[in-house]
Amino acid sequence: MADSLTTAPIPTETQTQLFHYVVQLADTSLILAHRLSEWCGHGPILEQDLALANIALDFLGEARSYYQYAAELEGQGRTEDDLAYLRSAVEYRNPLLVEQPNGDFAATIVRQFIYDTFHYHLLQQLQAGPDTQLAAIAEKSVKEAAYHLKWSSEWVIRLGDGTEESRRRVEQAIAGLWRYAGELTTPNPTEKELQAAGLVPDYTAMLPQMEAHIARVFAEATLPVPQGVFMQKGGKDGRHTEYLGYLLTELQYMQRTYPGLTW
Amino acid sequence: MVATQAPTEERIWQLLEEVSDPEVPVLSILDLGIVRAVQLKGETVHVTITPTYSGCPAMNTIATDIRLRLLAEGITQLTIHNQLSPAWTTDWMTKAGREKLEEYGIAPPVDGTATGHLLNLFGQDTAVRCPLCKSEHTHLVSQFGSTACKASYQCDDCQEPFDYFKCH
Repeated sequence: MADSLTTAPIPTETQTQLFHYVVQLADTSLILAHRLSEWCGHGPILEQDLALANIALDFLGEARSYYQYAAELEGQGRTEDDLAYLRSAVEYRNPLLVEQPNGDFAATIVRQFIYDTFHYHLLQQLQAGPDTQLAAIAEKSVKEAAYHLKWSSEWVIRLGDGTEESRRRVEQAIAGLWRYAGELTTPNPTEKELQAAGLVPDYTAMLPQMEAHIARVFAEATLPVPQGVFMQKGGKDGRHTEYLGYLLTELQYMQRTYPGLTW
Repeated sequence: MVATQAPTEERIWQLLEEVSDPEVPVLSILDLGIVRAVQLKGETVHVTITPTYSGCPAMNTIATDIRLRLLAEGITQLTIHNQLSPAWTTDWMTKAGREKLEEYGIAPPVDGTATGHLLNLFGQDTAVRCPLCKSEHTHLVSQFGSTACKASYQCDDCQEPFDYFKCH
């Protein structure tokens, strides 16, 4: 697998863009994994605590695969750990959605449902894409992403069509988080160029399927799909909400306090 | 004593059979289908392994255990490759592995039941046989269990909760 790049040389500029794109995927999975792991020991019931930790672990594994590939693309001797632990908040490329705080269980579920819907459809495209390493990572992760999406979809339905309290909370979560959904499928300059070169999936092709899934789940949950929401963006270009800095302080604590520490 | 003659691929497969999965020690890594290839290139042994799940924390331990087992046979030149594609599937688990798993108290995967179908929200649970009393009268508690590769089930007859190695 490591030979994929040497067999078909890519111009350096494209390789740099691809590096940024892969880091974006890696950061997104890492930050979401970290948020989900914050639930460990605090889940509403044991089985859901386990579910959250399991999903966090899947994202962490996916993040590692992307970071390893990014380090290889960059070819500057940085490792997956350097990329994950030794960059500042402005260098992180994750969309704003995944850094949002856990809030209550409903907020975590809505954040997860929005991301899982995008993630599952993205991986389906990536596994059929021209980059063999991204395709291999996607082929591995899409099976896990299907379990995640089933889980978060069922919870949106339970909460929406549940009790008065669960509905109030899930409505509140949607009102707070929907503004971050648009960034996922809005390409930034790097993505635009890579999409034009046919190297990464074109989001417009994924949208109908994503919207159909959201419509179906929300209909079962008796929730209206939000319309005309002004979408926030910036995370993919390094402009983050205040929450990311606090998250990184904790995530990077060991490496910042004891540089070069290993197990 | 350390063997001095050159190892054969067949011998290496035999040695790998003795390396167990750290999380399910009753299974060898061959039972699980984790080892994808063994090759001898000159003096160097190449072993290709694949993770069951992206975040499987056992992969580093498995690589170390392979290294130690081969080292005990005097094989020092070893390269371990991690391969993601084709993605691991429970179809690669051997029949012997499935039987050992059930004996150990973990229900083996029921083929063809992977959750790839999004239309299957709140779908019927996979019929899984209780590894203890062998009843088919069981229900899913959670798709996520004690490790990434398992789901939680409970038997409606003997009431015992058990792990199910979910289809993947």
